[in-house]
Amino acid sequence: MPEEFKPGCKRPPINKPQPAADAGEQQTAKEATQTMVAVGKPAPDFTAPAYLQGKFVNISLSEFKGKWVVLCFYPGDFTFV
Amino acid sequence: MEVLACSVDSVFVHKMWNDHEISKMINQDIPYAMLSDQDGSIGKSYGIYDSDSGVETRGRFIIDPDGIIQGFEVLTAPVGRNVSESLRQIQAFQLVRQTDGLEATPSGWKPGKKTLKPGPDLVGNVWKVWKVSEAFDD
Repeated sequence: MPEEFKPGCKRPPINKPQPAADAGEQQTAKEATQTMVAVGKPAPDFTAPAYLQGKFVNISLSEFKGKWVVLCFYPGDFTFV
Repeated sequence: MEVLACSVDSVFVHKMWNDHEISKMINQDIPYAMLSDQDGSIGKSYGIYDSDSGVETRGRFIIDPDGIIQGFEVLTAPVGRNVSESLRQIQAFQLVRQTDGLEATPSGWKPGKKTLKPGPDLVGNVWKVWKVSEAFDD
């Protein structure tokens, strides 16, 4: 029988296969490249597909130069809060 | 002001969430763009991607008209944000920008409350013009 789990806001962790020793080092190096942005510094630009009022569109942050932007990340649709 | 929401969900799931839940809360479609960052690359570039679970944490960034990040807040999944506080911060950043930095907003500032004008006369004298009680909501 599949093991039942209790759903919460946090996505259940993915049980990834243990990487080989040298691959593990690569993984660590890759993850270390994620750094927090800094206040007072430029926001990283991006272009991404989006859903906007009935349409699928591509949106770039750079389109909004000249306007204030609030960029909100969240763990996922239907995550309760 | 523009709002952009972003998660690792597909644009199709965004549509379903809008259609089946959010639109029922606000009696209209979500008025802002819901971005799909399926490989997490945008979240990684901002530093808020959780690679253990493969999703983005609750990171909120205020970006000014020059594309400069003025503030951010990051929360774990189970705790929601305070929209009023985000709006207050934007109003404060807008005031500072309009005054070209001649005015600053002390702790607890909100529209209508006193700003401070940094300069030689104010050094060591904030206690004369600003009270701790002003840091709190009325």
